[in-house]
Amino acid sequence: MREPAANETALGEALLAAEDVSLSFGGVRALTGVSFDIRKGEIRAIIGPNGAGKTSMLNVVNGFYQPQSGRITFKGEVRKSMRPYAAARGGIARTFQNLALFRGMTTLDNILAGRTLKMHRGFFWQLLRYGPALREEVEHRRRVEEIIDFLEIAAIRKVQVGRLPYGLQKRVELGRALAMEPDLLLLDEPMAGMNLEEKEDMSRFIIDVNQQYGTTIALIEHDMGVVMDLSDRVVVLDYGRKIADGTPDEVKRDKDVIRAYLGETH
Amino acid sequence: MHVLYLIFVDPFMQMVHSPDLLMQTLWDGLVGGVLYALIALGFVLIFKASGVFNFAQGIMVVFAALTLVGLHEHGVPAFVALGLTVLVMLVLAFGVERLMLRPLVNQSEIILFMATFGLTYFLIGFGQLVFGGNPKVMIAQDLYLPSGAIEWKGHFGFVSFQKIDIAAVIIASIMVAVLAVFFQRTRIGRALRAVADSHQAALSVGISLEQIWVIVWFAAGVVALTTGIMWGARSEVSFSLQVIALKALPVLILGGFTSIPGAIVGGLIIGIGEKLGEFYWGPLLGGGIENWLAYVIALGFLIFRPQGLFGEKIIERI
Repeated sequence: MREPAANETALGEALLAAEDVSLSFGGVRALTGVSFDIRKGEIRAIIGPNGAGKTSMLNVVNGFYQPQSGRITFKGEVRKSMRPYAAARGGIARTFQNLALFRGMTTLDNILAGRTLKMHRGFFWQLLRYGPALREEVEHRRRVEEIIDFLEIAAIRKVQVGRLPYGLQKRVELGRALAMEPDLLLLDEPMAGMNLEEKEDMSRFIIDVNQQYGTTIALIEHDMGVVMDLSDRVVVLDYGRKIADGTPDEVKRDKDVIRAYLGETH
Repeated sequence: MHVLYLIFVDPFMQMVHSPDLLMQTLWDGLVGGVLYALIALGFVLIFKASGVFNFAQGIMVVFAALTLVGLHEHGVPAFVALGLTVLVMLVLAFGVERLMLRPLVNQSEIILFMATFGLTYFLIGFGQLVFGGNPKVMIAQDLYLPSGAIEWKGHFGFVSFQKIDIAAVIIASIMVAVLAVFFQRTRIGRALRAVADSHQAALSVGISLEQIWVIVWFAAGVVALTTGIMWGARSEVSFSLQVIALKALPVLILGGFTSIPGAIVGGLIIGIGEKLGEFYWGPLLGGGIENWLAYVIALGFLIFRPQGLFGEKIIERI
């Protein structure tokens, strides 16, 4: 378990705060009055049983869904309606539960695509690979190579990601999100479907990202052991409502949480 | 026996005996194929990036050519008219994104397909309203496109190359090369490939779908304009030209709907295949097989390679 005391002081003000967020699709309520915050520099876990609204919450943060009511403050500013494009521009990167990669492109190109927003030279010069555009390209390649080294995927740089095994695809997806140099990194079940060894690798990468780059991370995860080890604070959702919020230890002992996970005892 | 001889032996005897005729046929087929490839390229660009099968690609060819000639008729100098036409295609791309794609986002493919039918009839009506319905002559001379022919004599006979055809092949090759480099090297090109693979992932890295759609429709518009100029210079600019767009269908079946090299190779196979078929095997059936041979070739391909030559192989995980 990580040292909560050391982190508590290091944790800054809220990077993102959701207040009373509600989201429904037709008659189905996905989220009901959910409030929580994500503080600068922390690893924040969102947990809950299936269908609790965890992914919906990430989709709201990232602009894929528009909540019907509630308020989201990001970097001290209240967001009006949010679009994924604007979220990315604002420094929010994410990975997906069921992988969303550019399957026809190589690992290198996938990660390079994460730098789309950081490229500014006119396409004409990029076409010719000339002058400032060339220098920019070289610089981006360098950053991408750093990420590739960091994630230990140098061997698959030139392989089409559609052909890679699942665990490596997950890693490439993380690499693409890192290439955006995000302020807030959203990870939707980064370890789903992985074996123990892959999970350990991924945990290490997540901690390293958080500590080396100071990236704030919000992650959804089902593996309780992983959640308890990784996260600074945990928010628990059930049927679209928040039922608990606190350090891993607090959450573990919470009656509502135990009930939600283990069912009602009579 | 005689029929088999006419099918399997005689045509090849003819090819060997008069190689000049064979070369002439191959060249004509190649030129036709290049133009089919260009139309197919317009389809592929849009299909890759937005999953929309753009039925209007054929009419866009006519509309672009008509705009160019129409502007020139109203006294606009040729190259200014060319620039203005490119601008019109850009406005069209913005219009399509704003008025058609955006309101229909997340609708099923068939609905988007039907919407492109609407676009087709809008462009026909609008084109006729503004420029009239009569066939026009392409302003090839004013654009400094060459005319006349070069005759090439070998010891076995001679082959004649229309200069406009040579120009068409060169210009098409340049355009394809530029597009290929554009896709490979630029930020927007990479974004286009990304969008083609996954909308969701593209959005999450900050690629704006709206912007990409405008760009592909504009690129398809420019390809359409080029095709229109070349095709118009070989025959005339009229609304009947849009039926050549239907020839792009077998090309796409051959090449795969998502592959740019496929569009090119497919176009060449169809172009050359139908000319060879018409010349050597057509007389057996009383001629005129050029009109349907392309579809038969495509049908054959559908049986053996439904994903096309270069299309992505469909593997279902069970």
